[in-house]
Amino acid sequence: MFKKPVSSSGKTKIKSSVQRNIRQKICEQFPLLEPVIEDVLPKKAQLDLIKAPEKISLYALDNQVLFFQHHNDAIMPHLRVVHKYPECFPTVQVDRGAIRFILGGAQLMCPGLTSPGAKLPPSEGNLPEGTVVAINAEGKEHACMVGVLKMSTEDIKTLNKGNGVENCHYLGDGLWKMDSE
Amino acid sequence: MEAESSAAGAAAGAQAAAGEGGSTVPKDVVYCGVCSLPPEYCEFGATVKKCTDWLAANHPSLHQKLYSSEALENKMGTMTLEAHQKAEKDLAKKQQKEELRQEREAAKKKSSVITIKRVERTKRKYVTVVSGIEAFELVYKTVAKDFGKKFACGSSVTKSAAGTEEITVQGDLSDEILEELMEKYGIDDDNIRQVEESKKKGGGG
Repeated sequence: MFKKPVSSSGKTKIKSSVQRNIRQKICEQFPLLEPVIEDVLPKKAQLDLIKAPEKISLYALDNQVLFFQHHNDAIMPHLRVVHKYPECFPTVQVDRGAIRFILGGAQLMCPGLTSPGAKLPPSEGNLPEGTVVAINAEGKEHACMVGVLKMSTEDIKTLNKGNGVENCHYLGDGLWKMDSE
Repeated sequence: MEAESSAAGAAAGAQAAAGEGGSTVPKDVVYCGVCSLPPEYCEFGATVKKCTDWLAANHPSLHQKLYSSEALENKMGTMTLEAHQKAEKDLAKKQQKEELRQEREAAKKKSSVITIKRVERTKRKYVTVVSGIEAFELVYKTVAKDFGKKFACGSSVTKSAAGTEEITVQGDLSDEILEELMEKYGIDDDNIRQVEESKKKGGGG
């Protein structure tokens, strides 16, 4: 999504009613984040909307992007948020061999999620298709990617073929660089 | 940013967070000052050498943790030897490319020139056109705004006939701009050229 540097066309303030909706949506999507939502996104704070090309909206607080969203799809967290609250997002882990491809912006293929170094949630914690997940890496402390599951984690285990997770935001991509500048 | 926080604090925070499970305390994360990634991912970037040096200088304890010989031994994890070798090779190639790129850029910087052109508008009125600043990693829009503020005049980014961008400052300011470029942006005298274009352009857009 952000392979190229993000060129934003200015930011606008979000109406408080819309902001409430966004907040609620985030809470629904990431129930684990709810206890800390006040720290991530204070009720009184003024969110900014930054419009990026291809119908991508970035939600920023104090010039730092916290969440982003494509059109009306699921809201996704910026990696910095994931780094700060790693337990609040559903996580899968990839093996070491996949890291360099992820940092290059590749889609995440199933074998990288099923090999010995990788971790998927157990069967009872099956994540359905379309879930927004943070991707951890073998031997690393911090997540390196945020993506959307293309198939449920159970399917990944059984099929073990093809595109498992869509790469939406990874370390060092346009969105990441936009903030660190 | 978080990068300023101590490495020791980050490590402790990580442990606490792992222990409590659903902790509500935000983790402190150190980010590399060179490539902006968390230091543990520096090894995948193209500027590993610089990143390592930066980490050693700014967060010695973290550097110790990530780059000690023991850590390097564990690095391979569950990767097969073959895959590991391939990855190493690719990485080396990437790094070499990056180095070359940086060299090229430095050379380009040395040879490129900023042009300050004085263009006649009407009989006694001039605009000053500055072009070529992109080679020095400056952004037209912001620099234009700065000029406007500094000289209290109209200053905008326009497209030249060739399709490249340039800054048009209203008024005859070429000497002042030369000074400003040298002082504020630290550009060498040799890289700036002042030109005068006195003849009137036909048609006049």
